[in-house]
Amino acid sequence: MSSSNLQLEAPLDPAFKVERRTATGRGDLLEVSMGPQHPSTHGVFRMDVVLDGERVTKLKPVFGYLHRNHEKIAENTTYLGSMPYTDRLDYFCSLTNNWAYALTVEKLAGLQPPERAEYIRVITAEFTRLQNHVCLIGFLLQDMGASGTPLMYAFREREAILDLFESLTGARMMCNYMRFGGCRVDLPSGWLDQASKVVDRFPRFLDEFDRLISGNEILAARTQGVGVLPRELAVSASVTGPVLRASGVNYDIRKVDKYGIYDRFSFRVPLGDHGDVYDRYMVRVLEMHESLAILKSALRDIPPGPIMDPKAKLRSFKPKAGEAYGRIESAKGELGFYVISDGSANPYRYRVRPPSLINLTVLEDMCVGHTVADAVIILGSIDIVLGEVDR
Amino acid sequence: MMESLEALVSRMASVLPAIDVSLVPNEAPGGPSSLRVAPQDGRRAAEFFKSDPGLRLDYLSNLTGVDWPDRVTKQKVKSKRLVDGVEKEVEETLETRTPGFLEVVYHLYSIELKHGPLIFRMRTADRMAGVHLPSMTPVWRGAEFQEREVFDLYGVRFDSHPDLRRLLMWETFEDHPMRKDYVEPNDYEYEPTAHDEVLAKIKERDSSGVSGTA
Repeated sequence: MSSSNLQLEAPLDPAFKVERRTATGRGDLLEVSMGPQHPSTHGVFRMDVVLDGERVTKLKPVFGYLHRNHEKIAENTTYLGSMPYTDRLDYFCSLTNNWAYALTVEKLAGLQPPERAEYIRVITAEFTRLQNHVCLIGFLLQDMGASGTPLMYAFREREAILDLFESLTGARMMCNYMRFGGCRVDLPSGWLDQASKVVDRFPRFLDEFDRLISGNEILAARTQGVGVLPRELAVSASVTGPVLRASGVNYDIRKVDKYGIYDRFSFRVPLGDHGDVYDRYMVRVLEMHESLAILKSALRDIPPGPIMDPKAKLRSFKPKAGEAYGRIESAKGELGFYVISDGSANPYRYRVRPPSLINLTVLEDMCVGHTVADAVIILGSIDIVLGEVDR
Repeated sequence: MMESLEALVSRMASVLPAIDVSLVPNEAPGGPSSLRVAPQDGRRAAEFFKSDPGLRLDYLSNLTGVDWPDRVTKQKVKSKRLVDGVEKEVEETLETRTPGFLEVVYHLYSIELKHGPLIFRMRTADRMAGVHLPSMTPVWRGAEFQEREVFDLYGVRFDSHPDLRRLLMWETFEDHPMRKDYVEPNDYEYEPTAHDEVLAKIKERDSSGVSGTA
């Protein structure tokens, strides 16, 4: 035990400096494969990151873990046959997926849904946007470490909307509700009153959430100035949806294309100023307020009448040869369908333009220089669903 | 509003010398027609679409591939011919083979001027060796993943793409599954599961004549 055996070459300095370690390492790069089974990648998504200490210096997204070649399957089935399959793209927003596909085929076949069906589409689409954004905000806060409570609050509100979907379509998530030229079933009795109740109650939740979260110091510290997406890059990289608008680009397809009957509603388009995670969060919160305004007037004005175009055929539906591209403003961004018909019962070419996948183009640009924990919330703020990314 | 495609074609012919661009009609009631641009003029046309003050198509919305395999059209032709000294009417089947190609379709919009879509398409020379097209990633960054996807699923090679790798299929995968003549490989291996082991044990136990599990 005696120290006499220990041969010291030089006596130790009695005092020495503390080595300061920062989040930036000392040049030793570390390659880490984040995912595909990582809880914060929102599904089977992988990011190959190169780290310098805690800082991301390189990030390559890897896709395909959920790829089932949706497009090939759709080319081998009838037009209507892939309607239920579109539910499985962005499985949070099956009703808007249905709408985008129905809209495209209606362009291809020259169908026009009746007025009541258009109102039902707007109502269901805005409810879908509400529940998507509310979930996203819950997940984002969960990613930031606000464990449990915000997510449970968000899911409580989503539950009320899913109940509405269930009583209308028979399914909570896989709704399979739209048809070419209209909708599958009419609203059940009392549905509009129930929907109005949900719409009336929603602002209370939003205000409560806003008081609890939006001014929160930790949220501001974690999100402001993090993952900045410059306006020019956002446009060039075909980024769409709330991510694009958070970078200050005024482009909402509901306003630009005025598909369906969106020209009848007055709503505003919230725009961000800095293009950081906080702006993406706030744009979604404000979009929910606008969705509620649309819902209020749609639920008030919905007329009685038929819900299917009388020209529409469910069986032996064969649109004439041609092509059509239809797009809508889904909760994630521009959801487009491109269909080529050769006159047979199956589409010759069926393409889904997935907003989640294309928004991920700029993931590396936003993450480089930030820490791993920031990369997680930047990914969360893009709002991806792997069913749609990988298709 | 954007000018008509006919006007655009003639304007492009006057602005860009010796450009090969033509109109492709679309018979669908709601869908607009599109432009076909020769691959060697693709980049020039794209730069024009993006920078022209009347177009300003700064947003590449959608980029996708379409496979058009070789087409064989059979035509029955009746002709009169001397057979054994007697003139007879002979029916012949003529086969005309139209070579196939891969096509890439681009949907452009303008965020600045809020118009669109302008659809243009480019065709490869064939479906085998000549599947090269210019990459649009230097013009619109949004083409990056979509071109990778078309390369992956259709096998179109985009020249001067910064990082042309497979997007959805794994790296060692060899074929291009969205092609119309793709044949699914019959090489799915049967992998025994733990459940199979349990079944085998039960079978062994039952055949050995020992009853009960204790």
